[in-house]
Amino acid sequence: MKLSNWGNYPVIDAEVKSFINEDSLRTIIKTSEEIIPRGLGRCYGDSALNKNIISTLRFNHMLCFNDETGELVCESGVSLEEILDIFVPRGWFLPTTPGTKFVTVGGAIASNVHGKNHHESGSFCNHVNWLDLMLSNGDTVRCSRSENSDLFEATCGGMGLTGITLRASFNLIPIESAFIRQEVIRANNFEEIMQVFADSADWTYSVAWIDCLSKGDNLGRSVMMRGEHAKVSEIRNNAHKNAPLILPKKMKFNVPFNFPSFALNSLSVKAFNALYFGKSPKKPTESIIDYDQFFYPLDSVLNWNRIYGKKGFTQYQFVLPIESGKEGMEAILNKIADSGLGSFLAVLKLFGKQEDMLSFPTEGYTLALDFPISDKLFPFLDELDAMVLDYGGRLYMAKDVRMNAKMLSGYPHLDKFKDIKHQYDPRNIFSSLQSKRVGI
Amino acid sequence: MKYLLILGAASDIAKAVAKKYAQNGFNLYLAGRDQEKTEIEADANDLMVRYKIDVRYIPFDACDFTKHQTIFESLENKPQGVACFVGYLGDQPQSQTDFNEAINIINTNYTGCVSMLNIIANDMEQRRDGFIIGVSSVAGDRGRQSNYTYGSAKAGFTAYLSGLRHRLSKVGVHVMTVKPGFVNTRMTEGMELPQALLAEPKDVANDIYNGQQKQRNTIYTMWVWRYIMMIIKNIPEFIFKKSNL
Repeated sequence: MKLSNWGNYPVIDAEVKSFINEDSLRTIIKTSEEIIPRGLGRCYGDSALNKNIISTLRFNHMLCFNDETGELVCESGVSLEEILDIFVPRGWFLPTTPGTKFVTVGGAIASNVHGKNHHESGSFCNHVNWLDLMLSNGDTVRCSRSENSDLFEATCGGMGLTGITLRASFNLIPIESAFIRQEVIRANNFEEIMQVFADSADWTYSVAWIDCLSKGDNLGRSVMMRGEHAKVSEIRNNAHKNAPLILPKKMKFNVPFNFPSFALNSLSVKAFNALYFGKSPKKPTESIIDYDQFFYPLDSVLNWNRIYGKKGFTQYQFVLPIESGKEGMEAILNKIADSGLGSFLAVLKLFGKQEDMLSFPTEGYTLALDFPISDKLFPFLDELDAMVLDYGGRLYMAKDVRMNAKMLSGYPHLDKFKDIKHQYDPRNIFSSLQSKRVGI
Repeated sequence: MKYLLILGAASDIAKAVAKKYAQNGFNLYLAGRDQEKTEIEADANDLMVRYKIDVRYIPFDACDFTKHQTIFESLENKPQGVACFVGYLGDQPQSQTDFNEAINIINTNYTGCVSMLNIIANDMEQRRDGFIIGVSSVAGDRGRQSNYTYGSAKAGFTAYLSGLRHRLSKVGVHVMTVKPGFVNTRMTEGMELPQALLAEPKDVANDIYNGQQKQRNTIYTMWVWRYIMMIIKNIPEFIFKKSNL
């Protein structure tokens, strides 16, 4: 069948098989030359694409939950949305979450996803107690920081290349309410937003939307959103105060078809960004909003990827170390603004310390921005790649669809990853279009 | 303590329906064959973790008619509702030459369902309470060369449900007929089906729950199948015979 991930590019012909137990998965693995696991397909590019795909979506049981500790054990096809739907009303929240809840636990581990609390809580796998992995020989092994630790570390952020994650244990965090106390702060340029990030170090959640098209004095103008789980005493609305863990039912919007590709051009994006920035409050403003609005604003528009048209889009996300942050970021922002290749609002975040094998986060500033696919795009991104490498940065594989092997030099422990992968998957069964392109 | 009895609980649509009713406070009896026990028990555990309800596996084989009475009597709490997902597509060409296959298709899709639902219907009629959901198929709306053994059994089941609805309406027991079109299940995995007509089990489950709550008589899911089948049913026979449907 025709298949693509969130960026709608590339679209390939793939055979998708699913499994409901270890036996059926073992049969698939043993009869396949190469395969890649796939959950909800929310990576942007070709990380979860290959001609043979194993879908984890039918392997989606919750196995046990400990009401005292918040420990949840579930199968890899369970989505974060399901976890929130079940456990928020019982007073529990995800230890960290990416900007969409439409990802599976298996996908969250494979991409070692991060959230707005990375500076405090690290990325998803930091909260994983153990996971069960089916290897290329059909054996199932339990991995944790103390058991098969090499395999555990390689699997966290390992892009599904070490084996198929079957089930995992991780701890949810207790919450008093389903609401977030949010503060919005406007920054007029990159220097200002850096200061706001520095001042926000004590906040649990922080993220900024940045206007990538403004130049000169306004280069890097941003709107910071920082938040804390709201205490019941902080909720002013009486209906919400009485049922603090229950979310009001909301409308969902759907983009029913691909927009024509001329719908998004540098003028319309510029207008949108100016409007968005102009609408943001000039003085810091506090409000109580529900967790969906705070964490998943785009999830309320189903299939929003279709606004980029049939040709699709990609997201370019890089991180630069703190030392080269300001200079590097301003240089790259200038280049993007000059290119006029347009992107909606981009997301800026300050990561805390982290150093794994293939996991993306490492201390520094990360910027993520969308680009519609066009003839001019890839040569331009190659130029950005060179700048990112120069400043000692790296790209996020879960967003990528075109980087070359050289870009992986941003990952200092790559060789260790390759050794472990080779040891457990000597025939290189687990591979994606991306892993072949970058030579893993 | 309200219970829903699901017959044929290993089907993907049944699984989604189980979730939907669990979310809405029902406890569940999940009935299926011995070889499906492990799978259904894993589902039962999942539903208990998610919804803190009582879920039990009930051994049930639609074709083992003689045991149906005992199975129903063994239920501790008489179910408020029953949903029958029992079905077997079978092999059409084989069913034309091997009568065992034909009998298997007919017994699974028709005779077995009639046997079990009769027992349940009599109980509900006596209690003057309950609802019955029967999953038939659009294949029963008109016999086609590609699956008419299955289609004829489903056509029989549709007529049975219609009669049962007529009878039980007098005592306030509602019977709903469900006709799903293409659904993204293990059965259809790998088939080349038009994506726009391919429903997710979750959406089918929503349709079934909402339809039952609103006491609909016959629902097509997705709804567009009502009109597709209306057209197919009305194609004149002399044209239909030339088609490859």
